[in-house]
Amino acid sequence: MADIELRNLTKLFGKLAAVDDIDLDVEAGEVMCLLGPSGCGKTTTLRLIGGLEQETAGDIFIAGKRVNKLRASQRDIAMVFQFYALYPSLTVAENLAFPLHAEKLSKAEIAQRVAHIADVLELSHALNRVPGRLAEGEKQRVAVGRAIIRDPQCFLFDEPLSRLDVALRQEMRGQIKQLLGDLHKATVIVTHDQIEALTIGDRIAVMRDGVIEQVASPHNIFAQPANVFVAGFIGTPQMNLLPARGIAADGARLRTRLLDQEVTLPIEHRGADLPRADATMTVGIRPRGFNLATEAGPDTLAGTVDLVEPMGAETLMHLRVGEADVRVVTGYRKAIAVGRHLRVRPRAGQVHIFDDTGQRVEP
Amino acid sequence: MARRRREIGKAGWGRTAMSAVISFIYFFPVLWIILTAFKTHTDALAIPPKFLFTPTLENFANVFSRAYQRGGEEIDTHFDLFFFNSIFIAGTSVLLALAVGTLAAYAFSRFPLRGNDTYMFIVLTTRMLPPIIVIIPIFLMFRVTGMSGTYAGIILLYAAFNLPFTIWMMKSFFDEIPPEVEDAARMDGSSEFKVFFKICLPLVKAGLAATAVFGLILTWNEFLFALLLTGMQTRTVPVAMAQTIGGDIGVRWGLLAAIETLFLIPVVLVTFLLQNQLLRGVTFGTIRR
Repeated sequence: MADIELRNLTKLFGKLAAVDDIDLDVEAGEVMCLLGPSGCGKTTTLRLIGGLEQETAGDIFIAGKRVNKLRASQRDIAMVFQFYALYPSLTVAENLAFPLHAEKLSKAEIAQRVAHIADVLELSHALNRVPGRLAEGEKQRVAVGRAIIRDPQCFLFDEPLSRLDVALRQEMRGQIKQLLGDLHKATVIVTHDQIEALTIGDRIAVMRDGVIEQVASPHNIFAQPANVFVAGFIGTPQMNLLPARGIAADGARLRTRLLDQEVTLPIEHRGADLPRADATMTVGIRPRGFNLATEAGPDTLAGTVDLVEPMGAETLMHLRVGEADVRVVTGYRKAIAVGRHLRVRPRAGQVHIFDDTGQRVEP
Repeated sequence: MARRRREIGKAGWGRTAMSAVISFIYFFPVLWIILTAFKTHTDALAIPPKFLFTPTLENFANVFSRAYQRGGEEIDTHFDLFFFNSIFIAGTSVLLALAVGTLAAYAFSRFPLRGNDTYMFIVLTTRMLPPIIVIIPIFLMFRVTGMSGTYAGIILLYAAFNLPFTIWMMKSFFDEIPPEVEDAARMDGSSEFKVFFKICLPLVKAGLAATAVFGLILTWNEFLFALLLTGMQTRTVPVAMAQTIGGDIGVRWGLLAAIETLFLIPVVLVTFLLQNQLLRGVTFGTIRR
């Protein structure tokens, strides 16, 4: 069982820091998802772990051993590439067997393992075809099969599902999660799809501009985003991030000036320091964190319905409050007309407070 | 509309016939040479030209052994040696250029130098010079080094001539291989040598074939350097052919046509054998991901 440790890892491309002094631990048997917008350095991080890029500074440890100096071929890691990177001139069987040649296994052993993997991934019918003649889903399974046919120290997946269509992606997501559960190895998955990260990962590392913004379990990254970026990045529809100024705080209530209205927000007070009464802050409330209010009150926010987007089970409405656009999700049964004036009430436990530097404040 | 529309993508009779005529015009000189090779001296010179005649193999026999004067003794012309020379020199020099050029192209494609494009351009400039310009320095170099008239000399020269073209062609083929495929092989435990020989080289097979054929044709037809730098033992067919022109009964068209016909065979053979690879090679986009 091997774990992966990154210490002060940095990679410069010219003057640009693609990966900027990051630390990350992936425990043995853990699935870590690197999640972030494109160009945030997640793929570069993966390639650094794999030994396909040379780090500018910092250290990489696998199973406690420093591997900086080892080539990709010596690190004993299996990787699944975004565009599958199957060997075009080899058949599926040869593709699957390729990593085993480096392990100096007997022919019989290789044949037996290929047959087993083909069976598990339902590729037995395609063993003699070349990659050019495979369907997209089959290519993806060959790419996965080629990685899991060995018994490497850890696995790296680069956007493994990005090329599949929606139906296939959902199916493969489940299969990969199951597969990773059985393999029980330190695994790093790069993705820009938060659903993929939330469903597959044991923990998620959210990256931006070469820096890790937060590492947490899927639940915590959603429930307790560490800063404004993570709060806005995770969750659909996006969290409302509204500028506010504190007026007074007492116990479980925070009186604020929110979008030019005086609103008292329910906060869970755990005894820590509340933001200073007159501090500027950002209040984060998810679109599903509101109730419609029937009457006016100090704990409600008033606005005009600007746009209504039915989403099936729910309806997303855009509420104009002053200059700002507040997204609110309600049940589909409530018919709401554009132009109507409404009041919404933030629910207790749904209010996130971020200080003027964008960091989460735990009240 | 009265006229029925043709199926899209199918040519009509008119266009097919026109293509046939144009193809025939292109092929006619070759056909004429082959016909002339089977004619007697009189038939070859006949006006109007004869299309129906009694074929003879005399010209082919004369290629290898003939009398230089009317009624003289038949002498070995050494044309068998010249044919061997042409095949050996073209084959070896193209193989050499392919071996060196492919490695260089891979390096240019995968491990670019600072100012890679400049180096590639410099490589190309050696092909821009008309051969006639460099002939004197090369002639002197061959004299000084004693390579004049040797196989090694002319093979090295032809290999050097083929190299720029080989590098440019092969680089474009290597550029087409997604680098991820090589990375995958590295992750799967392959050394750099294995990545090159097991993964990259099989993917550029078509490119190798196309490059080889172009190089072979270029070398096969080369005349100027062969004339100056080969000796009696290393003479190639184009030079020997030129020296066959003349004689006491005027130009022997039948004999020349016979040499040319024989000279065509290897090129046709190679092109035919490699045609599948060649087509894929020259049309590019050869790699399925």
